[in-house]
Amino acid sequence: MSGVTEEKVKNIHDYVLSLLKAPFGDAIESAEIAYDCPVFTLKREKIYEAIKFLKEDERLNFHFLTTLCGLHYPENKGREFGVMYQLHNMPKNQMVRLKTFFPASDLNVPTITPLWPSANWMERQEFDFFGIIFKDHPDLRRILNMDDITFFPMRKDFPLEDPTRDDKDDTMFGR
Amino acid sequence: MTETAENINTGTEEKQYSTLNLGPTHPATHGIFQNVLKMDGEIIIDAEPTIGYIHRAFEKIAERRPYYQITPLTDRLNYCSSSINNMGWHMTVEKLIGAKLPKRVEYMRVIIMELSRIADHIICNSVVGVDTGAMTGFLYIFQWRELIYEIFEEICGARLTTNIGRIGGFERNWGTKAWEKIDTFMKDFPDALREFENLLVRNRIFMDRTINTGPIGADRALAYGFTGPNLRAAGVDYDVRVMNPYSSYEDFEFIVPIGQNGDVYDRFMVRGQEMWESLSIIQQALAKIDRKDETFHGDVPDFVLPPKEEVYNNMEALIYHFKLVMGETKVPVGEVYHAVEAGNGELGFYLISDGGRTPYRLHFRRPCFIYYQAYPEIIKGGMLSDAILTMSSMNVIAGELDA
Repeated sequence: MSGVTEEKVKNIHDYVLSLLKAPFGDAIESAEIAYDCPVFTLKREKIYEAIKFLKEDERLNFHFLTTLCGLHYPENKGREFGVMYQLHNMPKNQMVRLKTFFPASDLNVPTITPLWPSANWMERQEFDFFGIIFKDHPDLRRILNMDDITFFPMRKDFPLEDPTRDDKDDTMFGR
Repeated sequence: MTETAENINTGTEEKQYSTLNLGPTHPATHGIFQNVLKMDGEIIIDAEPTIGYIHRAFEKIAERRPYYQITPLTDRLNYCSSSINNMGWHMTVEKLIGAKLPKRVEYMRVIIMELSRIADHIICNSVVGVDTGAMTGFLYIFQWRELIYEIFEEICGARLTTNIGRIGGFERNWGTKAWEKIDTFMKDFPDALREFENLLVRNRIFMDRTINTGPIGADRALAYGFTGPNLRAAGVDYDVRVMNPYSSYEDFEFIVPIGQNGDVYDRFMVRGQEMWESLSIIQQALAKIDRKDETFHGDVPDFVLPPKEEVYNNMEALIYHFKLVMGETKVPVGEVYHAVEAGNGELGFYLISDGGRTPYRLHFRRPCFIYYQAYPEIIKGGMLSDAILTMSSMNVIAGELDA
């Protein structure tokens, strides 16, 4: 299905982990392989430095920000919200995914817009939908929704259907 | 170009600028885009894009829909090449459940995706022509997009928002009429494409108008997250089909065309060349496929519906059919990212499954949402008419931009 074999993914995972361990050993919360991509979960305090390191270290050279998205797990107390970053090293065709989680009471996460201008709108989008505050972002406004709405629609507690309606029963259908 | 802008900015302090609302609905913007331009005469000093006019909350809706019902949502991202989005979604789910498809099905998918890419590039390139004032090329080539849609219609019944194929393969085998239509298209389209290119490629007016218009260098393009033909026009040979082959693209020989300056002309040329490569890929796929074979799906019992004769005559099949339609299928817990080379770049699906009937989280990496950010930087210091041209050559599709 994919040009990347299991063995190659394992090698990327081990190599990136070995290089990350030296400067960010304490910050790495978990390291795993999800299908064809190594996934590292880091503490929020170090996430900016870790991404900067992955981007600028010559051996790693993850120079391309593929995507970035917000996550919400309401049942994980103390780690309700998260951000996923996916980086790509095009010459070597290596991908790596980073995650960081933080409590709903403190939704600040450092912005990575200084590293990639492409992160600007991606972060605005996640602010718009999850209310995650990207600290020091140059222009943190809503992007797809109206400016004056007061809720964050992609949060799990935000209902998809109009909650005032009682003519629809979703217990058998939908999630 | 940028020098002029700076001079104007710093030269006279009392300078008055005018503000121009380009869009949201303007015939020249080909979609719902608003740009508030700060103009000095006809030179653009600054631009402020506003997006989200047709936001339809696909990521939220997807959290409440069974997997097979998400395909129609992907149609409405980049609706110029919706079949590629459909296939990308099918392949994401297949990756999650670990399904392997027969080669014949994968080649059929390749044919669909490449036809779709041609349709997408026809729109983009002919519209670049229109925006430079050359209506003829558009009128010549646009009927061929119609013929591609007729092929899709023959295969799945729909034309623009196709909902083509199913998770695990296709909904049915292709009839002889579909094959005939593909053959006719393959026979006649090269001449039409050549005619279209003859009108524009070495046309002095077109070249003067497009060369060095809206350029972006490779490093800026990468920083802004460009992918697809726009990135390749800037000189980076990144193509998902080659880098991470899916659906057996590794079995095909094709060239990844690249440009040099990343300007409108290079983007036009890269797309033009890609159409020729797509034709060659389809030709190779047609040669590999046995048309008498009846395989149109893989062994994916969790998603492929049982044959209708069985459903009507066999109780187990009926129960199974009902179960699948209700979305009661087991999927593994996990997260998967799958990217396909869509008409305008790397279309990625990031899917988190908690084993439930719907995705726990589905994030679309929409290529033009990411690269449209560079638009103000590209058009700054240029003329208003160049800004229009730049936008159409970047192939920004409102549906994908706003999700």
